Parts: sequence; structure tokens; C-alpha cells
Amino acid sequence: MPVNYYITLALCLFAIGVVGVLTRRNAIIVFMCIELMLNAVNLLLVAFSKMHHIAKGAAAVTGTDGQLFVFFIMVVAAAEVSVGLAIIVMMYRNVHSININFLNRLKH
Amino acid sequence: MNITQLLFWILTVIAIGSALMVITSKNPVYSVLGLIITFFAISGHYILMNAQFLAIVNIIVYAGAIMVLFLFVIMLMNLSKATETLKNKWMQIVGAIAGGCLFLVLVAALRNTEVKKNLVEMGTGNIGLVKNLGHELFTTFVIPFEIASILFLSAMVGAVVIGKKE
Repeated sequence: MPVNYYITLALCLFAIGVVGVLTRRNAIIVFMCIELMLNAVNLLLVAFSKMHHIAKGAAAVTGTDGQLFVFFIMVVAAAEVSVGLAIIVMMYRNVHSININFLNRLKH
Repeated sequence: MNITQLLFWILTVIAIGSALMVITSKNPVYSVLGLIITFFAISGHYILMNAQFLAIVNIIVYAGAIMVLFLFVIMLMNLSKATETLKNKWMQIVGAIAGGCLFLVLVAALRNTEVKKNLVEMGTGNIGLVKNLGHELFTTFVIPFEIASILFLSAMVGAVVIGKKE
């Protein structure tokens, strides 16, 4: 497959994530849309690593770096989800809502 | 159209459709299910590109662990009914227009790049196998790997400290 199909697919998923973050008011769904954006970038990194391997396939390990970056993105995303969901649960325990219009008191 | 291209288009349609289901469904549980389907479709794309290690890690970590965590929190908060007030129509319209403009700008910027004709290797190549990635991970990237373990430990301790009842 040409690489621009993968670019378009990843951009489409990323734009859907951005629209979800901008329009939804539920904090958990906003969080899930961030995960969607991270996965769009992961898909693009894997596609570029395979493109790099077929274009410059002199060494056997060409393109491994991109896939390892995807692995580290997954690691950071898992840590982020655990802390973020703990924060959301704590906020829900205090204000009994996860509407992010009510959760804007960090700015005061 | 051979079988690889057919699978690519099927997985693309599944991924985009279920991603749209994430942002449009009123019930948060259906959003979680849509996101799980999206992750499985992305794992299918990884398998098509022969990145088998990432496909399995994606299913285990995202579709297995993180989505169960999301579903558990949603069930814990009893949000299964539509608790979201959707009265602000203008914000939704403006948000959709802004996201669509971002999509158009990115596509227009990346449409005529140098790499347009380059092919993505499908189904062959062994850089995505566990052997090569593990070798690279424990030689070149061993310090980020160890730092990631410290990050996980601190995130775990932080989640416990935040979630503790005072």
C-alpha cells in the first residue's frame, strides 16, 4: 500500500479525536479521545517504520526505532491513564459530577 | 484488488466507523466498546504490516487493560444512563468545524510530500518480530526501558495516593 493511505487514515483518526475532545463534556470520553489520538500517531509511526525499511533496507534493523517508539508511547499512555482515572475518581467523589464544565476549578 | 488491500480497506472502515461511534454515542459504555473495536482494527493493521509484537501488545495493554479500567470506572460512577447535558449546540458545531479544518489543513499539507509514492511493506519483513525488537530494546534502548519501569512505579504509587480516602 502507498504510505499516503496510512497518512490519511491516521489523520482521520486524529481529527476524530480532536473533535471528541472539543465537543464532548464528559471527562472520561475526553480521556478516551486522547487515547484515540495517541493510537493514530502509533499507527503512523508503524507505517513509517515499514516504509523506511523497504526504502533503505540495507541493514536488517532499519526501522526498528519507530516500532520501539510506539512501545514507549504505549508505556507512557498506560501510566497516564492510571493517574488520570485516579484524578477523575477523586473529583467525582468531591463534586459528584464528571462534567468538565464543573471541573474547571483548578484555575482558581 | 488482492487480499491485502481488501483487508486494509475493511479494517480502515471498521476503525473509522467505531471511532465515530466513540464520539457520537450518548451512553459512555458504548463509547468504550467503540474504542475497543477501534483498537482491534488498529491491531489488525499492525498484523498486516507484520508488526506482530506491537499488535499483541496493543491488544493486551489497550484493549485488555486500559479499556477494562475505563469500563470499571464508568460502572463505578454509574454513568450508564445519559448524564451529559447536550444543550450547548453551538459548541458542538464549532468543535466539529474546528476539527474538520484541522483535518483539511493536515491533509492539504501532507498531500504532496516527497514520500507520496513510497510503499509500505505489507506482510513481509522481520523487524516487527519479538526477536529483533527485544534485541534492540535490551541493547540500544535499555536506559529508556529502565526509566519506564521507574515511571510505572511512580504512576502506581501516585494513583494509590490520589485515590486514597483521606
